[in-house]
Amino acid sequence: MPGDSLDVNLNTKAKKQNTYQAIVIGSGISGGWAAKELCEKGLSVLMLERGRNFEHIKDYKTAPLDPWEFKYRGKTTSEQRKNYPVIHRGWAAAEAVMDYWANEKDCPYTEEKPFTWWRSYQMGGRSILWGRQSYRWSNIDFEANLKDGWAIDWPIRYNDIAHWYDYVESFAGISGSLEGLPQLPDGKFLPPMDLNIVEKEVAARIKKKFNGNRHLIIGRVANLTAPLPGRTQCQFRNRCWEGCMFGGYFSTQSSTLPAAMATGNLTVRPFSIVTKILYDKETRKAKGVEILDAATNQTYEYYADVVFLNASALNSAWVLFNSATDIWPGGLGSSSGELGHNVMDHHYNLGASGTMEGYEDRYYYGRRANGFYIPRFANLFEDKRDYRRGFGYQGAASRQNWSRDVAEMNIGANFKEAITEPGPWKIGATGFGETLPYHENNISLDPNVKDKWGLPVLRMDAELKENELKMRKDIVREIKEMLEAAGVKNIDTWDNGHAMGHGIHEMGTARMGRDPKSSVLNGNNQVWDCLNVYVTDGACMTSSACQNPSLTYMALTARAAHHAVNELKKGNI
Amino acid sequence: MDRRSLLKMVATLTGAAVVGGDLFLSGCQSPDKKMTAFPLSQSTISLLDEIGETIIPATETPGAKAAAVGAFMNTMVMDCYSQSEKEVFIKGIDQLNQESVQLFQHDFIAATPDQRKELLIKLDKAAQSYQKDKKEDEPVHYFTLIKQLTLLGYFTSKPGATQALRYLAIPQKYVGDIPYEKGEKAWATS
Repeated sequence: MPGDSLDVNLNTKAKKQNTYQAIVIGSGISGGWAAKELCEKGLSVLMLERGRNFEHIKDYKTAPLDPWEFKYRGKTTSEQRKNYPVIHRGWAAAEAVMDYWANEKDCPYTEEKPFTWWRSYQMGGRSILWGRQSYRWSNIDFEANLKDGWAIDWPIRYNDIAHWYDYVESFAGISGSLEGLPQLPDGKFLPPMDLNIVEKEVAARIKKKFNGNRHLIIGRVANLTAPLPGRTQCQFRNRCWEGCMFGGYFSTQSSTLPAAMATGNLTVRPFSIVTKILYDKETRKAKGVEILDAATNQTYEYYADVVFLNASALNSAWVLFNSATDIWPGGLGSSSGELGHNVMDHHYNLGASGTMEGYEDRYYYGRRANGFYIPRFANLFEDKRDYRRGFGYQGAASRQNWSRDVAEMNIGANFKEAITEPGPWKIGATGFGETLPYHENNISLDPNVKDKWGLPVLRMDAELKENELKMRKDIVREIKEMLEAAGVKNIDTWDNGHAMGHGIHEMGTARMGRDPKSSVLNGNNQVWDCLNVYVTDGACMTSSACQNPSLTYMALTARAAHHAVNELKKGNI
Repeated sequence: MDRRSLLKMVATLTGAAVVGGDLFLSGCQSPDKKMTAFPLSQSTISLLDEIGETIIPATETPGAKAAAVGAFMNTMVMDCYSQSEKEVFIKGIDQLNQESVQLFQHDFIAATPDQRKELLIKLDKAAQSYQKDKKEDEPVHYFTLIKQLTLLGYFTSKPGATQALRYLAIPQKYVGDIPYEKGEKAWATS
């Protein structure tokens, strides 16, 4: 029964009621995985979510609506622009999902340097809204810091995590093609989605032009191309981020939460802002957490043998900062001096697009919730650049719709006829570049600003540096060259600059390492200073690679959860 | 590349319709004061319907009036536009009528279908050349606003999406290559 087997030293009934074997802080991609794994191993688990509850299917209120049922046809209002200025910095502001984003007035942060932070404070976190692109990292990535002599070495290699990639891919459901690329290991994939005819042609031309060293492949995406238990395959509506009533893509709600609930071991508590991890000096372990009920402002304590911190890369650091004691005034896990440092992201907002002549007698059916991917080729094998690391591209080809300009016919029946037919083919891609870890890129508690609940807020002080800026020139140059080589015409390139965070791939504030003097976490994601606290979200990353990171968080979380259960059994934590 | 092109690029990637997207991001820093012109009068909404119908007339499929684009424009301008865009829009309706009086000696509602079309073709050309040359912080041409709202309102409406275009609520599959014959309608959403 929940709470029975490992409970010792319980003095009061109240304390017993608030005691579990494990506490998971956060319900997003990694928190959901932590809860599932720990519950399935038989632990009683309390999952704490700072926002509202948000139920699968029932709360996807806009998902069944047709376009004409949206009052603003997808746009946002002046009022929303005023209330959500950060979300309006990019493409994430849309009528359907505005309620999914965190309230920016209640939850401010400060920017020493421009920083875009897109947060979703509700059950499931950003797992509802995420882009679903799911790529393995390779040994090239895990060895990169060591080989470059940059920052610190990862404490793990591909072999340590390969099995866990298999494990999480099989459960989450990742569709993709087998390519045999050393820089992008193949996985346990569901059947790949189609490239469309223009994408296939461009892929073939790029392959030929670059002697088989560059690849345009279908994106690997957490959308089901075959059903999994309890989930229907993707219906190709391409409205994933509103929530999918078919469970067609991986989210906490569609996948890990029902699995965790099915064990009978999970308790979920929404509106629970974890204000600190309670550190016990005598046992030198965490004994639980303190929370603030976001709705009632009441403070509660919950106790457990192990704590999984999955509050997102930046908020996990916040929880650790806020868990300072007289032993570590900089926060729990701060003894190395690296807590809150080495903030990374994937830099983007740059790329190219153009038109592809011909193929006017070809079209496609359905709305593919995916695009193509061009894996990294820079600084690999024989390729050498004047900067470190590399980048990939994501893009798509499609026929233009009614929003295109039509020459010479802009009013009336002929115009209407012209724009109700599909237009010329366009193809475009945007780059995603690796960001190096820099100690000076950091977040900290702002001494002056408090949130709605009187809690300190994060202050962001991070920027791209010379390596990234050099790479950006190359990202634009290379995509232009590839599109040209593929016969694409009228190519436009752009680089709109990149504020940190805008890639929504925040990482690195509590990095893993081999030495407690230079890292916050060990090779099993345990806080060096407090071994029964595991951090397995983006905070743990030692370098950023250029692949979308969520799949790696899933694999690291599953691995760490199994480690924790074994350590508990052995009495080591 | 400017922001508009970026948004188009994003639209390619995300499949979002982007008409008016640049407008919705431009000049929106200051929260709007209440503007007494809104909601628009029924006669103004009818005028906008007629302007919309001239841009997208009923053919073998319904036109913009059947999609109630006038009421849609009222909603969008009132709730989503910045103060300066609202002013451009409101003044623009007057300007459009003045242009009509100058050309035809009567306002737009009283003009014949051919006159209406002639005027809007003229305004469309003027708006396009203005938009091409204007600086980023200069206001958008009023006819650009009206036309973009007409297109957005029409093609996302039920008659526009399901009759002028092909709408699939639940496609169920994706096929990357199917034959297309000239004359077949485009998909309503991407």
